[in-house]
Amino acid sequence: MHHIYCPYCEEMREEEEYSYTGEAHIERPKDPAAISDEAWANYIFFRSNPRGIHHEMWYHAAGCRRYFNATRDTQSYKVHETYKMGEMPSITAQTLAVANLSEKGGAS
Amino acid sequence: MSPNLPQINRLATGGRIDRSKPMSFTFNGKTYQGFEGDTLASAMLANGVGVVGRSFKYSRARGILGHGAEEPNALMQLHKGKETIPNPRATQVELFDGLTATSTNGWPSAEFDLMSLMGKIGGKMMPPGFYYKTFMAPQKMWMTYEKLIRKAAGFGKLSLEADPDTYDKINAHCDVMVVGAGPAGLAAALEAGRSGKRVIIVDEQNEFGGTLLASTQTVDGIDAATWAEQATSQLEGMANVLVMPRTTAFGYYDHNFVVALERRTDHIGPVAKTGTRQRLHRIRAHQVILATGAIERPLVFGNNDLPGIMLSNSVSTYINRYAVVPGQRCVIMTTNDSGYQTALDIQGAGRTVVAVVDSRQTPNGRLVEAAKAAGIQVMAGHGVIEAQGSKKVMGAIVAPLDEAGDKVIGAGKTLSCDLIAVAGGWSPVVHLSCHTGSRPVWKDDVAGFVPGPSIQNQHLAGAVTGEYLLSEALNAGIQAGATASGTTSAQIFDCGDESIGVSQALYLVPHTKPISRAPKQFVDFQNDVTAAGIELAAREGFQSIEHVKRYTAMGFGTDQGKTGNINGMAIVAKTMNKSIAETGTTIFRPAYTPVTFGAIGGRDVGELLDPARHTAMHPWHLANGAEFENVGQWKRPWYFPQAGETMQQTLNRECLAVRNSVGILDASTLGKIDIQGKDAREFLNRVYTNAWSKLAPGKCRYGLMLKEDGMIFDDGVTACLSDNHFLMTTTSGGAAAVLGWLELWHQTEWPEMEVYFTSVTDQWATCSFAGPNSRKVLEKLCTDVDLSAEAMKFMDWREGTVAGIKARIFRISFTGELSFEVNVPADQGHYMWKKLMEAGEEFGITPYGTESMHVLRAEKGFIIAGQDTDGSMTPYDCLMGWAVGKTKEFSFLGERSFSRPDTARTDRKQLVGLKPKDPTVVIPEGAQIVMDPNQPIPMDMMGHVTSSYWSECLGHGIAMGTVKGGSDRMGETVYCPLADGRVLAAQICSPVFYDPKGDHHND
Amino acid sequence: MKKYSGFSLFKHSLSHHENWQAAWRSPQPKKEYDVIIVGGGGHGLATAYYLAKVHGITNVAVLEKGYLGGGNTARNTTIVRSNYLWDEASKLYDHSLDLWKDLSQDLNYNVMFSQRGVLNLGHNLQDMRDIERRVNANRLNGIDGVVLNTAEVKEIVPIINDSQDIRYPVLGASWQATGGVARHDAVAWGFARGADSMGVDLIQQCEVTDIVTEEGAVVGVQTTQGFIGSKKVACVTAGNSGVMAAMVGLRLPIESRPLQALVSEPIKPIINTVVMSNAVHAYVSQSDKGDLVIGAGADAYNGYGQRGSFNVVEHTMSAICELFPMFSRVRMNRAWGGIVDTCPDACPIISKTSIKGLYFNCGWGTGGFKATPGSGNVFAHTLAHDEAHPLAAPFSIDRFSTGHLIDEHGAAGVAH
Repeated sequence: MHHIYCPYCEEMREEEEYSYTGEAHIERPKDPAAISDEAWANYIFFRSNPRGIHHEMWYHAAGCRRYFNATRDTQSYKVHETYKMGEMPSITAQTLAVANLSEKGGAS
Repeated sequence: MSPNLPQINRLATGGRIDRSKPMSFTFNGKTYQGFEGDTLASAMLANGVGVVGRSFKYSRARGILGHGAEEPNALMQLHKGKETIPNPRATQVELFDGLTATSTNGWPSAEFDLMSLMGKIGGKMMPPGFYYKTFMAPQKMWMTYEKLIRKAAGFGKLSLEADPDTYDKINAHCDVMVVGAGPAGLAAALEAGRSGKRVIIVDEQNEFGGTLLASTQTVDGIDAATWAEQATSQLEGMANVLVMPRTTAFGYYDHNFVVALERRTDHIGPVAKTGTRQRLHRIRAHQVILATGAIERPLVFGNNDLPGIMLSNSVSTYINRYAVVPGQRCVIMTTNDSGYQTALDIQGAGRTVVAVVDSRQTPNGRLVEAAKAAGIQVMAGHGVIEAQGSKKVMGAIVAPLDEAGDKVIGAGKTLSCDLIAVAGGWSPVVHLSCHTGSRPVWKDDVAGFVPGPSIQNQHLAGAVTGEYLLSEALNAGIQAGATASGTTSAQIFDCGDESIGVSQALYLVPHTKPISRAPKQFVDFQNDVTAAGIELAAREGFQSIEHVKRYTAMGFGTDQGKTGNINGMAIVAKTMNKSIAETGTTIFRPAYTPVTFGAIGGRDVGELLDPARHTAMHPWHLANGAEFENVGQWKRPWYFPQAGETMQQTLNRECLAVRNSVGILDASTLGKIDIQGKDAREFLNRVYTNAWSKLAPGKCRYGLMLKEDGMIFDDGVTACLSDNHFLMTTTSGGAAAVLGWLELWHQTEWPEMEVYFTSVTDQWATCSFAGPNSRKVLEKLCTDVDLSAEAMKFMDWREGTVAGIKARIFRISFTGELSFEVNVPADQGHYMWKKLMEAGEEFGITPYGTESMHVLRAEKGFIIAGQDTDGSMTPYDCLMGWAVGKTKEFSFLGERSFSRPDTARTDRKQLVGLKPKDPTVVIPEGAQIVMDPNQPIPMDMMGHVTSSYWSECLGHGIAMGTVKGGSDRMGETVYCPLADGRVLAAQICSPVFYDPKGDHHND
Repeated sequence: MKKYSGFSLFKHSLSHHENWQAAWRSPQPKKEYDVIIVGGGGHGLATAYYLAKVHGITNVAVLEKGYLGGGNTARNTTIVRSNYLWDEASKLYDHSLDLWKDLSQDLNYNVMFSQRGVLNLGHNLQDMRDIERRVNANRLNGIDGVVLNTAEVKEIVPIINDSQDIRYPVLGASWQATGGVARHDAVAWGFARGADSMGVDLIQQCEVTDIVTEEGAVVGVQTTQGFIGSKKVACVTAGNSGVMAAMVGLRLPIESRPLQALVSEPIKPIINTVVMSNAVHAYVSQSDKGDLVIGAGADAYNGYGQRGSFNVVEHTMSAICELFPMFSRVRMNRAWGGIVDTCPDACPIISKTSIKGLYFNCGWGTGGFKATPGSGNVFAHTLAHDEAHPLAAPFSIDRFSTGHLIDEHGAAGVAH
């Protein structure tokens, strides 16, 4: 049962208030007519679906009705951050890998 | 009624029972007495009840093993009739006067069981997995075998009547949640409570205290049980602490969400006299402290399942807490010091301790010395290798063991006894910590799994970490409470329990015979899993612990392997020459103990299961005899039958009224979205297939909405209220999805657009009235709008006053007739409806429901999204290319998908009209369409009938359906082969059956 | 392979069951195989079995990162049926159902296929239209099925709540009498034993960490037990397909979601068929052990945690208690989650890829168990011939570009 911080309401709210709406940062092609069927299919259907850090959209359906983004671990379900639509994540699989490395380095 | 039997095993004094409150109960038809404070199990033991049930596979007699959640054997059928509850453990049932219980297995009775004969004879043929190896031929016979197996399996019975009880739920938030109110939990809650944090502490038992309630130790010089009482009353006195006994935290979900079941009335009677029987607490905690304790392990030896073999700590609990000694002559088999406490307790209760049999060569420590000092015989370096008896223990065969506990190294002798208390060490209750995905970690020094690392804000205290001393538990509790509350504490408890001997990690007591030939050595009592079975599974290649579990069913019982799993894992590891750390453990899943279905469902049953939505006019519909149809969440009038009418007669009457005079429909359920902003118009251009740039205020337009895959997703009419203001309607079921869809595009792709969406579905009530006389009706009520055909054209809307109410009047039509929709604020909808009914009376205005609406629109070939489309239909497939803007600047949602090779095919399934060859026939909806009715099966299906009705005004059946390449097949004959053998022929035609030129709605 | 039978049980009982041979070997991986199957679940093992049995290709390894049959094979609610809507899907599932019918004897392993019938309930008029459509399509495809009204449903399941005044009244159902349930673990073990006996190497505790390609063609896999070569690598890794694809830079039209199920405590037989309801996201049958086996809806979010959120279980329980008011007093014993790879059209991908020698069989969503033999059978053909089996051809990954999706959401629902 997720407990998620809505960056617009600025509060932790229960999962039941939200709808999950899929991978974030997928941009609609600017000129759909100009791209191949494969590229169009890639945009509509194909997803990165990682095990681990995932940037994804949530919709505060029973709250402020705003869409926002979350950086969430699909294995541990840990929500690393939520951020407003249009913003970029401050935590990514890469930044976490670097942080883990330096943590290990510091401990040794 | 048999006379009450004496409580032969009850002590005259002591225990936490109230001897002034005797209670009668029956077990398997016999009447017994117990006292308030008893569990059903303690009362049964007090009365000398030995056999409580029969085992699942071999039908062996079984008795009570434990005293709480770990009990594998004593599954009861509680109560009678519709109040009956299958499978509660007697050890967790609080006694009340008049309680009735029976065994769940055993025929004709648990005491004398015929199936056991089969178990004895057939048992040898039933190693684990035997059913995979036989009953294969012929395949059809499996169903017969299965019937017999199913009859024998299962435990209790369910009543066929509805549950008479209700259940409810409460949501709670707290700073610190403490699970378990034993010593560690109480200490933690006290510390957290003193810090001022909001604390919730739950415990599954009726009284807080856990092991303290049966302890003979002291805490800072105070008797342990008294300390527990004092701690509990301190907690109860704190306004910031919620104290919940009889409440089991059974599930630990992500982000510190704990679900707990409170049993509110189960200790009073079979059903709740008032209020709810059980309550589910849904608790979101900042910090969770697991003080869930540990469960004692039995030891695995020959015939270790005989009634009269019990967990050592349970024997002590029965003596100290319930004043019940479940035997006269006791042998204690132990691998650690706890067995000695039990020996002292038994002796203290005035019964005989035959011997403490200790697998360790040189046991020492405080309790060992105390037992020796009390004159108790200690047989060090020995083990009970086999128990004797048939329906109860008569003796224990004791033999010397080697130091590792692997081999019997000398002759055995038989000790006569009627009780064997077994102390095989402790298993921390790691269950809850596993629920959130944390894997437990094996610790050699405590010979058990402890909770592994967790990403939850989780703290541990007490025996769950493998620290078994009372002082350790209390001190850890204080520290966990402080850490969870962000405070510090230096409080230390003194229980005088420091000196304790080292335990031996022994799980299977060796026998003189090999495992496969020794008397059955049970690991999982409930599922009849033996050491030999586990060994066999490993021999057959089932070497992963999960394979062993699945092949033998170990741990699959209602106890989820609380007593058996570790022993089983140890046997697997030993068989494969690995360590337990290497073979690993299976993962515990919710629920910690079983949870009533009804409690999980809570109040969300009956009317509250997805509550229905009603329109403002609903009372009128009810009063006028409407039959209702569920559409999405809405209750919509389906048709309005009059006395003596068949449904078809009603539909005919309703449809003809519309075609000939005027009919009225409640259209309030259509989704309505108010759209405003300077970019609202452009936004519509992007989300609809057609063009919106030129729609003037006062005008309406039909629009189709697609998903990006080009398939129709919703449709409806949108009105231009002013240049920057539109009112969109959606299908009744699709409103929320459409709103989410619009918001999605605005917020994620086109945030630069200035546009706002507001759902106004519930704010407006809509009366739609159609028919040649509809204008006349409206004219009687509305005088401030020129309703003439010239002034207010088809697809116009006006603001005006209808029956004195400000209204929006739309001239749109879903019937093909002259038609108006009057939108008024919802609270005036019922009034408006009545006014229209009055005004229409002279024209015979006729209310009609969704079914007539469907007929009328089908006569016109109008689609219903979701009925005539199915997520695989483009506008072109629906022959609605006219609704697709070909020259729109922005590539509207879904447009790009039209040119994909499959979507661009011209022979796709297309929605056409179908006219039955036999005019009296109505083709059933859902009929499949073929070209050659004589083709053998499998037939080539061309499409299917999506909508089909009797058209009273046309005098024949009409239908719409999809047909491959249908638009090029006009006039061709197709066939619908039906399940009843009929083959109905139909001609492909335009779907517009009625008034193809549209003269009527343009009137 | 020593044959299993009642007689063999008797014979072994005389020697205290000390002489049973292992159901399969535990071989060390060879350097190279003709085909490597990644994933030792039901589908992967079935693929190996049919590769050996039908196509005579036995130099095959099945690499399993955990233990055989430990993924969704071990976590599903074991429903078998074939009454899907579209020709492509229903033919594939019916092929599977045909194989189920003789599977126990074929494998010499009792998979306990119990043809106790499957009901798919309809709760509103559109449900019933869809049911009519689907059953008619099934019938004309030669697949068994009838449409039942409320009274007929009640006859088959006397304990069902047939009141028409409830929120989701039972208006009727589709009934596939030849559908039913099977013993999920046994299916994996039976295929494993069969494949092993024909020479297939089943290698457990062997995780594939990379798929190695040269010039656009597969040459083998890196594993936790070293490099293993093969020119054909087949990924049958439900719940991990996206991760496998990412190893070679591919993406799939798949999202992996938790799907939860639960069982009650064992009770005496009370329901003898499978009852499913898409509308309320619930389905139930009773296992031979007596547990009520109940499936819930899929969680909405991506998740590999093999656990979901409690509200999904709550909703399912409400629905189940509404359909079967007496179930309210039974108790939930255990709830768990699997990971389902969901495709946009609720149909699987059985396909070659843009990389030569790399194949995927994935995306079975919530309903893969029933397809186990059929999926393995057609995929083995695809691997053996480097060309899709006719029944598998429509399930190529190309369909997402051409637009030829096979939308089975109605028939697949969240249920099976």
